Amino acid sequence: MFSFESFLDLPLIWFGVIATALFLYVLLDGFDLGVGILFPFAPSDECRDRMMNSIAPFWDGNETWLVLSGGGLFAAFPLAYSILMPALYMPVILMLLGLIFRGVAFEFRFKAVKSRFVWDYAFHVGSIVATFMQGMILGAFVKGVQVDGRSFAGHPFDWLNAYSFMTGVALLFGYALLGSTWLVMKTESITQHWARKCASYVLGYVGVFMGIVSISMPMMNTGVRDLWFSLPNCFYLLPVPLVTAGLFIRIWHDLHKGLETRPFFMSIAVFLMGYFGLGVSLWPWLVPFAITFRQAAAAGTSQSFLLVGTVITLPVILSYTAYCYYVFRGKASSEGYY
Amino acid sequence: MIENLDPVLLSRIQFAFSLSFHIFFPAFTIGLASWLAVLEWLWLKTGNTAYSEIYGMWVKIFAVTFGMGVVSGVVMSFQFGTNFSAFSDKAGNVLGPLLGYEVLTAFFLEASSLGVMLFGWNRVRPAIHFASTVIVAAGTVMSAFWILSANSWMQTPQGFRVGENGLLYPTDWLKVIFSPSFPYRFVHMVTAAYLTTAFVVGGIGAFYLWRGRNLKQARVMFAMAMIMAIFVAPMQLVFGDLHGRNTFVHQPTKVAAIEGLWETQSGAPLNLFGWPDQKEEITKYAVEIPRLSSLILTHDLNGEVRGLKAWPREDRPPVFWVFWSFRFMVGIGGLMILTGVSALVLYFRKRLFDTKWFQYWCMAMTPAGFAAVLAGWFVTEIGRQPYIIQGVMRTSEASSPVIGPAVAISLAAFVLTYSVVFGAGAYYIVQLIKKGPDVEADVYGSHGVKEPPLITGLTSKEEGRHV
Repeated sequence: MFSFESFLDLPLIWFGVIATALFLYVLLDGFDLGVGILFPFAPSDECRDRMMNSIAPFWDGNETWLVLSGGGLFAAFPLAYSILMPALYMPVILMLLGLIFRGVAFEFRFKAVKSRFVWDYAFHVGSIVATFMQGMILGAFVKGVQVDGRSFAGHPFDWLNAYSFMTGVALLFGYALLGSTWLVMKTESITQHWARKCASYVLGYVGVFMGIVSISMPMMNTGVRDLWFSLPNCFYLLPVPLVTAGLFIRIWHDLHKGLETRPFFMSIAVFLMGYFGLGVSLWPWLVPFAITFRQAAAAGTSQSFLLVGTVITLPVILSYTAYCYYVFRGKASSEGYY
Repeated sequence: MIENLDPVLLSRIQFAFSLSFHIFFPAFTIGLASWLAVLEWLWLKTGNTAYSEIYGMWVKIFAVTFGMGVVSGVVMSFQFGTNFSAFSDKAGNVLGPLLGYEVLTAFFLEASSLGVMLFGWNRVRPAIHFASTVIVAAGTVMSAFWILSANSWMQTPQGFRVGENGLLYPTDWLKVIFSPSFPYRFVHMVTAAYLTTAFVVGGIGAFYLWRGRNLKQARVMFAMAMIMAIFVAPMQLVFGDLHGRNTFVHQPTKVAAIEGLWETQSGAPLNLFGWPDQKEEITKYAVEIPRLSSLILTHDLNGEVRGLKAWPREDRPPVFWVFWSFRFMVGIGGLMILTGVSALVLYFRKRLFDTKWFQYWCMAMTPAGFAAVLAGWFVTEIGRQPYIIQGVMRTSEASSPVIGPAVAISLAAFVLTYSVVFGAGAYYIVQLIKKGPDVEADVYGSHGVKEPPLITGLTSKEEGRHV
């Protein structure tokens, strides 16, 4: 039975692959969920059409990164998958139902005439529910999961608390930032002007929430506190909050100077910093604070077998995704693609 | 009362419900994607606008169906963990990579190429657009390959060992992927998907013919569908028979349930109809054909067929469901073959396109493929019970440590969401069918455009986005 364990650190590689897939999901679906969150606040129906068209070619490609994260977790870390999913049962299901509503709203909206407003709201509400649940999942995740043996042993409503509520709201603002800066890049005139205002408004909230999460995590968990506030780690990790603060200032200036593209990529960088900070804090837990990614790893042969396919297909997929973004580059129009 | 809700039963209902819903979309899109690729190829080769017009109409239906397939598929990739975590833990080493391959090779190719296929008609060169359609079609088939491989392994597991903590460890990937039932299940299912699409297309073609509208396109649709009915429907009978005999070797309990056969006997009769009674261990009111069951399964009039009593009660599947689902599936298959035969006769009488009763018949057969696919999955999945992995793990041991009320709430939410969302999807597909293909000839010729006309340009010219 073939396996690369003898010369590759398979669990680490898979941890990296899934962490990357999840991050890509957060970024890519993040901006189109963000567009959904801001949707009804746009100044006119024409703006809404433009917003929709700016994301229509991408949304299902974006969502497949979620499937890869879920499927990859099952394949590479079945133990983590089979503990986290029951632990997060309700938020995961609600997130999926939210994604269903907004996903089909894309298709139906273009076809509906009288009932169009229904799908506009389905798109908006679905986006909010999906985002909020993802935020709650994040909150529940960083607070830790009760495990006994090889299964979830906590209360079914462990995920529901003030902290996860806060992270849910935080992610709403986070995705709204991605969405609004995406719109600044992909639209013009009224829509762009409005998106610019949204972005600078939302930016402040994102900063506040990132601050709360950054301060609360070391307060809740001594391991995290020791990691960030001991020497010499403190110096190595100091650039993370500093760069983040710099990015916020940069986005603010860029938005007010009228730059179109950079705010979006700066927002991505903000997310990258947040993600990095979380990753460093939770390392090496895959089910915080009970199971590490090494303990959860599937058999070497299983991880090896799927790795072969991943190494071949992932570059193709990534370049094809890039090609799709290239084909649909430029400003979105209000005309339907259909 | 609410504390007594059984999370295992509810999880099974939820999984069955969401999967039954999901299977409609792949069953349709696998066939539709391949057919669209053929249409686009014919259009590029002949330049006959009928093909591009049909493509333009069906690609919109494909978009709606595919969208619903994607969102209901996302759900599936999480439900293994949310509802069957003990199973995910135990079988993860084996099934995880198969499902991972499904995601990698297929889902992604589909989802990424789909953007170009749906929106790129006027943005990329025809060859690239055609390539996108082909990639999407290949992606749907690859998707079926991996998912059926995973399912077949659960039916006829091999190439693994039981290791520490009772976990399953793969020992031979080729054996895992190509488990004994896989080749049969794969061919049977992909053929079923092609037939499903053919009968939908044929039904819509018949509808246009009956109404006397879109005749040029309707004849192409109808003729292509009838070619499938004539040639592929009988082939499916052969594939199904081979699959059945494979099941007889590897999952004899399932076959015994299909046959409604309780006593082991040589020269076993075929129960045409009857009322299997699980408690009394008998099939009541059975209409039998002597020795036929032995003949079909063993190719010997006196061959031995094991009856359900050969296994303990707790190892038997729910016979009634398996028995009747099977008859339902085979019955529809028979009607499909009959449709093909009728089409052939009408073709030689040169009445294929103007026989009213046959148009009604084909319209009535529009959903036939879906019903047969669903019934077939009922047979194979219920027939595997009480096991989730045949002979290795029982369904009752597979579920998550979730509480009954949580599953009850999520099940209710699923039923509600799916009814609203997919009801609306069906409504919009009917609208698209009512509208029919956009006729491009006028625009195309009168403006002297060299390139194929654009989906975008046309629809916005006529009535904007309100397609």
